[in-house]
Amino acid sequence: MAKNMSNEKCPMPVQDPEIRKRNFDEVALGYTYEMAVSEANRCLNCKNKPCTTACPVSINIPAFIERVASEDMEGAYQIISQSSSLPAVCGRVCPQERQCESKCVRGIKGESVGIGRLERFVADYHREHSTEKPVPPAQNGHKAAIIGAGPSGLTAAGDLAKLGYKVTVYEALHLAGGVLVYGIPEFRLPKLIVQKEIDNLKALGVDIETNMVIGKVLTIDELFDMGNEAVYIGSGAGLPRFMNIPGESLKGVYSANEYLTRINLMKAYKPGSKTPIKHSRRVAVAGGGNVAMDAARSAMRMGAEEVYIVYRRGMEELPARKEEVEHAMEEGIIFKTLCNPVEIIGDENGEVCAVRCDEMELGEPDASGRRRPVVKEGCQFTLEVDTMIIAIGTSPNPLIRSTTPGLTANSKGCIVTDGEGGLTSREGVYAGGDAVTGAATVILAMGAGKAAAKAIDEYIRNKHQNS
Amino acid sequence: MYRIVKKRSLNPTVSLMEIEAPLIAKKAEPGQFIIFRAKEDSERVPLTIADFDREKGTVTIIYQIVGGSTMELDTLSEGDSLHDFVGPLGRPSEVDGLKKVAVIGGGVGCAIAYPIAKKLKGLGCEVHSIVGFRNKELVILEDEFRSASSELRIMTDDGSYGTKGLVTNALEQLINEGNQYDEVIAIGPLIMMKFVCLLTKKYNIKTIVSMNPIMIDGTGMCGGCRLTVGGETKFACVDGPDFDGHLVDFDEAMHRGTMYKEFETHAREASCELLNKEVQ
Repeated sequence: MAKNMSNEKCPMPVQDPEIRKRNFDEVALGYTYEMAVSEANRCLNCKNKPCTTACPVSINIPAFIERVASEDMEGAYQIISQSSSLPAVCGRVCPQERQCESKCVRGIKGESVGIGRLERFVADYHREHSTEKPVPPAQNGHKAAIIGAGPSGLTAAGDLAKLGYKVTVYEALHLAGGVLVYGIPEFRLPKLIVQKEIDNLKALGVDIETNMVIGKVLTIDELFDMGNEAVYIGSGAGLPRFMNIPGESLKGVYSANEYLTRINLMKAYKPGSKTPIKHSRRVAVAGGGNVAMDAARSAMRMGAEEVYIVYRRGMEELPARKEEVEHAMEEGIIFKTLCNPVEIIGDENGEVCAVRCDEMELGEPDASGRRRPVVKEGCQFTLEVDTMIIAIGTSPNPLIRSTTPGLTANSKGCIVTDGEGGLTSREGVYAGGDAVTGAATVILAMGAGKAAAKAIDEYIRNKHQNS
Repeated sequence: MYRIVKKRSLNPTVSLMEIEAPLIAKKAEPGQFIIFRAKEDSERVPLTIADFDREKGTVTIIYQIVGGSTMELDTLSEGDSLHDFVGPLGRPSEVDGLKKVAVIGGGVGCAIAYPIAKKLKGLGCEVHSIVGFRNKELVILEDEFRSASSELRIMTDDGSYGTKGLVTNALEQLINEGNQYDEVIAIGPLIMMKFVCLLTKKYNIKTIVSMNPIMIDGTGMCGGCRLTVGGETKFACVDGPDFDGHLVDFDEAMHRGTMYKEFETHAREASCELLNKEVQ
């Protein structure tokens, strides 16, 4: 097929906003075969591959897209698989516009190639058409333990299992998947896709033990006593931050973690669910990241009439994926940017009835390079809401660092590691993902899991060579 | 899966279950809690550990049938299994160095107060126990408390057993009789703990309470269990469940506890209906 020189990406088919804002089915429907081939032909297969250098796990992007253009979808999948364990997930949740697609040559004069959409297509096509079952590799007689069945831990587990290690993943919740099952909603990432990835890992011989809070029921030292030669900590950043403003204890104030966990993990969105959740009419979500978008759009789907995103910087500074912001706007979420909540107001029953906000303006850039929001004096206003969801970020959970002697963490509670492989201050203990970086992205967590698996393999092999 | 090795009814609405959970039994300490899910689609429910047997590898829970989830739990029998059982969560009660303590249990809160009394006695501490119930029919763990305490006062609201009155009446009496306590440990309904704390504040006796707010994960992730303690936000699941009772904002905790009252009423009615149908 000839190169497709259209300046625009082939649009992603989506559910109509008016319909989807009241259901939990997936918003983006995925490319058809023809759309994928046509979009793949927009790639110029340029020599420098700037896209690949901007991918946190260095997927050979032009190579897989060339396979799609040649209609060899399985070949494309194999290329992605060399670098990424969860392409169906990353194709859906990566902030491509800040990674691979930001460097695409086609983006100079128009829109970049739809790399994320193609990745998703290839992964979905493989899932729907491949009959190959993962075969457990020959075991090498060594054991490793993984803490946390989120994207980082699952990636490390898969890579180590493929190298022949006997891997056990310990998960604190009753279901594996981490943020992919408790945080990211069904309409953005169907849980069947996550389940399929987990089933694949199990088929590789990985044991997943749920209901295991490491640090409580077993310590890292005990994991070594049980014959594990290395431990990988991928316990994420699950601790919600609150704003420390008056009124946060009122009924109707949720952390985004709680709100999303009730809906996603505990299935409160399904009729007849045993998990209670407030059926809100007017909702304010504080924050501007993906989690804030997920919470706002979930609230809309739970039946709210008006949902606000309250964010202290401007539209340009929203940290969420561009597509999520666009989808949220299409669904009628109201963006109150340059606003900062200062007090949540309750009624006589202790229920939220309003939130008072300061208007902000952007001042000088701060340490993060973004312009610092400053209060506009005398410009307060009140939003009438019955629910307030706090989505201003999360910190790593202290359960593991507080029960593991010799494990160093920094002042923010992040585990300190040395080098790409994620070696901690303890021999044989590696860490990565949000537990090390603080809240970041699925792809970075996955990349850290991959690098750690490699480092753990080297460490164990060296140990045995030298002994 | 976590097998129920023993189930015993303690009173018309309170039952005990001994659950096979060897890893949890090995680590459990008084004051800590577990989270269970009876079935695959059940809610996660926190319950404080009532007892544990490290050799047998079992953990005992005592529950009162108050809503849909506990009704569902109660449909399981010996030999059945709970779908999920995770713990031990929270921090153990701090009991070291105490010489003389008054342990107060209210209603099903006695299930949590008892293992603490037992542990204290084992450490050589003098334990005075005060247990309160609405009436005689609801009294639980009397023999257990008797064996763990050198002094036991049983109070009932209607006077049908023990002494008529509130646990605070008995505590004040014991104090006035000249007993000097290093600490008072009070576990029961929020309103009871609040009034015990008001009393002990007057006498300047350090008081520990065990909080059991609404929570999901029990590991610090949801923040739903937050409380105001000494003006600071604390998570009951990881910072507690034990707190200095003189610092806890009980009124706020009581408010927060009613968040899903309406939903819970419906859930209870739905469960009743379902169970009645099964019986018919």
